[in-house]
Amino acid sequence: MTNNRAISSRKIESEALKQLEDISGVNVYACYQCGNCSSACPAVEFMDIPPHQVIRKVQLGFIDELIESETPWICAACITCTVKCPRGVDIAKVMEGLRQIVLRRDFEHINIREIDKKLREKLPQIALIGNFRKTIL
Amino acid sequence: MQVSYYPGCMLKTNAKNFETSALAVLDRLGVTARELEDWYCCGVCFSQASDNLMQQIAPIRTLVKTKESGNPQLLALCTMCYNTLKRSIEFIKADKDKLETIQEFMDREATRFYGDEVDVIDILSLIKQIGLDKLKEAIVKKVEDLKIASYYGCMLLRPKEIAIDSPDDPNIMEEIITASGCENVYFPFRTECCGSYQIVNEPDIVTDRAKKIVDSAVKNGADLMVMLCPLCYYNLDEVQTEIQKEDNTFQTIPVLYITQLLALLMGLDLDIHDFSLHSVDPRPVLKMKGLL
Repeated sequence: MTNNRAISSRKIESEALKQLEDISGVNVYACYQCGNCSSACPAVEFMDIPPHQVIRKVQLGFIDELIESETPWICAACITCTVKCPRGVDIAKVMEGLRQIVLRRDFEHINIREIDKKLREKLPQIALIGNFRKTIL
Repeated sequence: MQVSYYPGCMLKTNAKNFETSALAVLDRLGVTARELEDWYCCGVCFSQASDNLMQQIAPIRTLVKTKESGNPQLLALCTMCYNTLKRSIEFIKADKDKLETIQEFMDREATRFYGDEVDVIDILSLIKQIGLDKLKEAIVKKVEDLKIASYYGCMLLRPKEIAIDSPDDPNIMEEIITASGCENVYFPFRTECCGSYQIVNEPDIVTDRAKKIVDSAVKNGADLMVMLCPLCYYNLDEVQTEIQKEDNTFQTIPVLYITQLLALLMGLDLDIHDFSLHSVDPRPVLKMKGLL
């Protein structure tokens, strides 16, 4: 095998990856794929890509695939993954970065007008504002 | 002893029971919580985007007001508020450039804030600071065999920089429960997320979480579940009733703010509780255990 066929972070460059690093400030290359984050995530069964695979895809520069994914919108920023990571990778911040990339392009992920009126009146404001902070720019 | 008090949006509305019981309990323990004259919404969720400073402005404005009040210890009863305010302090302390940018933007504030001048505190740590012996002295009702499942949720424990106890295996709530004369039920879901704001557009996640958390507390023999977060409270109290409508084999458990339980054990005025705010009625269990 020659050197030029090896995967290297130096070869992976994309505008979206740069943007993700700027927003999150996280060095994803510390991750060695132990999977602690995915095993601890309380919402992993609702995700299409589990957290450790999200980090792997970021390492490989597959950001476009991730911003099409439902995973960042399932994440409720409970930060269990970050606490469990033995390498200090702040996975929750990567999820926030992915949400922000989408929101800075599309402005909103949910449409407030589509929330059922009865539910809207019943829900506490902390739920609504918390949700809007994560799903609307 | 005096502390500043930041109520946030919930303590005046859905979580009134939390405010009235917490202030009454603190009063009995000799602490006056003085509400800030002026405060702003904390923003609920701390912004984790390191390049967006706008979302830090509101919590920092509240911290400036705290500094100006002369009572630098700020009690945040709501755990979302605690988390956001405390992390804002950590955020500006960690990055001087960002602090300067925020200070420049806040040109209407007469007081400069650097991060170290204010300490945000939750009520569990405050009670421990007052002393568990003092808490024991204030308890007048002795209960037998009242088993309490203490649910922490996320915001007091994560990230670890602002954790009030071990993020993996906390014990502060259980220490308070022991001091108050009740029995602890350790259940494996006590530090797990309830699904949070996903109740708005991904309610299936919250239903799934609520089922697992409640089942775990019930199977471990708890009579009551106590907590501090008004959002967890909604997700675990209101949603239980919804689950039971769909599945009549589902066993519910009454949920109280921990300060409501302490107020009952201290024999404080029952008018501080508005039991109509509870979805799962706690009164039958409380009557059975002699607290009502």
